[in-house]
Amino acid sequence: MSGRARDSAGLGVTPRAAVALAIFVLLMAVAPFFVSNYVLSVLVVVLFAAYFGQAWNLLMGIAGQLSLGHALYVGLGAYASAVLFVRFDLPPWLGMLVGMALAALVGSLIAALSFRFSVTGVYFALLTIAFAEFTRVLFDHFGWVGATSGLFLPVANLAHDDLLFLRGSTAMFYYCLLVLTLGALALSRYLLHRRIGYYWQAIREDQDAAQALGIDVFRYKVAAMALSAAMTALGGAFVAFYNNNLYPDTVFAVGQSIEIITAPIIGGLGTLFGPILGAFVLTTLGEAMTSLSGIFGIDGLKQWFYGAVLLAIVALQPAGLWPWLRARLGLDETRR
Amino acid sequence: MLYLNIMIAGLLTGAVYGLMALGLSVIFGVTRIVNFAHGEMMVLAMYAAYVINQQLGIDPLLALPLITAALFCLGYGLQRGLINRYIARPDHEQFLLLLAIAILITASLLMGFGPDARNVQLDYAYDSYQLGALLFDKVRVFAALGAIAGAAALWGFFRFTRLGKAIRACADNHIGAQVVGLDVKRLYAITFGLGAACVGAAGCLLLLLVDVQPYIASDYTLLAFIIVILGGLGSMPGALLGGLLVGVSEALSGFIIVPSFKSAFSYALLILVLLVRPQGLLGRRA
Repeated sequence: MSGRARDSAGLGVTPRAAVALAIFVLLMAVAPFFVSNYVLSVLVVVLFAAYFGQAWNLLMGIAGQLSLGHALYVGLGAYASAVLFVRFDLPPWLGMLVGMALAALVGSLIAALSFRFSVTGVYFALLTIAFAEFTRVLFDHFGWVGATSGLFLPVANLAHDDLLFLRGSTAMFYYCLLVLTLGALALSRYLLHRRIGYYWQAIREDQDAAQALGIDVFRYKVAAMALSAAMTALGGAFVAFYNNNLYPDTVFAVGQSIEIITAPIIGGLGTLFGPILGAFVLTTLGEAMTSLSGIFGIDGLKQWFYGAVLLAIVALQPAGLWPWLRARLGLDETRR
Repeated sequence: MLYLNIMIAGLLTGAVYGLMALGLSVIFGVTRIVNFAHGEMMVLAMYAAYVINQQLGIDPLLALPLITAALFCLGYGLQRGLINRYIARPDHEQFLLLLAIAILITASLLMGFGPDARNVQLDYAYDSYQLGALLFDKVRVFAALGAIAGAAALWGFFRFTRLGKAIRACADNHIGAQVVGLDVKRLYAITFGLGAACVGAAGCLLLLLVDVQPYIASDYTLLAFIIVILGGLGSMPGALLGGLLVGVSEALSGFIIVPSFKSAFSYALLILVLLVRPQGLLGRRA
């Protein structure tokens, strides 16, 4: 509890960590004024990965439930907001709420079904894949939303950014996602030190012991799934409006789920800043590999590199990069 | 009668699926490792059979023993050199390790062969046996017979040989096996090798029936999971039964609805079984 003693701001953050965070936020906030369009678009991808990673990290890193089907919620959020916009001209912010509610409902349904029947661990992970894949094939045959040929959002050539309908420049999406990512960071930080956060960690460490202490394990696991699903769906809406097109086979794909979980694992499961660090490391290196494979004309170089990085992390630093970097930087999270 | 013929085709393909899933089931039953690289290992075997066929003109059925042996060595080496260290680690670390292996296999195949679908041309590809009004495709019959022979060999190994009995002892009681002096790590490596050998054989057989391309690997991994969970993780007859079930359900739903919908059927089946009978049709509650 030495961290608490040095806590000046009353937020449970050491001064050193607060300064580091402030520098990071400042750098991110001014970045669009200094970097090229290409770098900015890479940063958007970084922020997507960081945000989805945080949403997944709440469920896996903090509550200890391994979902391998988070693409399901990305897809639901994306399709809900896009369909309402394309078919009914409703602003995406409304669609996001619908998508989040839908994802939370589906997420709690899946969680409730599996935990009620005591489907846990590996079986739970497989069940989440099964639901995501099932939905993917369903959308492949869902003509009203475009089926396999995809759903396209009309692109308007506007002189200025339209924030209400999310039509605009890369910079606008960059700031939206930066706000989302920092919001998710703050929310995770907040929940971690609330009753529910301690319950989740108790369940993660030893479910039976948590149950014995009188924690309603079922309820809190379902809550973790619902929250994580809703956050993921919110990001999914931005995926739809940023890309302007949606295909079931990309947005619901197992590959999407795998990409979501890779960043937080590389950064450090259950840590607050891990997903963000992991997103930076993975995306920038992945981008470098993409251009390298373009130069040499080799398919699969990027995937190979993903595999190699994963293998290296699991073999050398299973706790992730952030705990290691945090120690190097002399930052200290008070929960230690 | 048409439906009956479609079901026969499904059953024969399902036998090969069963052999593939058997490998997954054996590995999980003994080592408690979930092989997330299962389909990838099978696609690797399919490419090996393809290359041998292209370069030397050898029928995949004749290349089968060689490829099976090669996959055994690969599985043995992987478990011995890498996976054994992760036996006592948390589930998600094991998952990541095998996911990394899976990605590396797929990416390597992609680099070597590109994303295009490949197949082997056999002169008996369109022959069939006729029994009354029933039609049996020659390739499917060969594939199914090979799969059943492979499964029978594996069953005999576990039932009658000392090594097989030792491995079963490991599966039943890990600590007890160590106490009586069994080399558990070596037995685990042999088990993983056997599981890989199953997909080696299944890959050669499946290449008679379908095209191969790197990206289908993860579909086969998921298919293998569906089958073993249907039948019961760790149950050998269950894996075969699950394979036959999925084979028939794929064939029928592909014919009655649309072929692209057949996997949704399998997933629905999986969801149903996980919720109603999580130990699988023939599995025992752990």
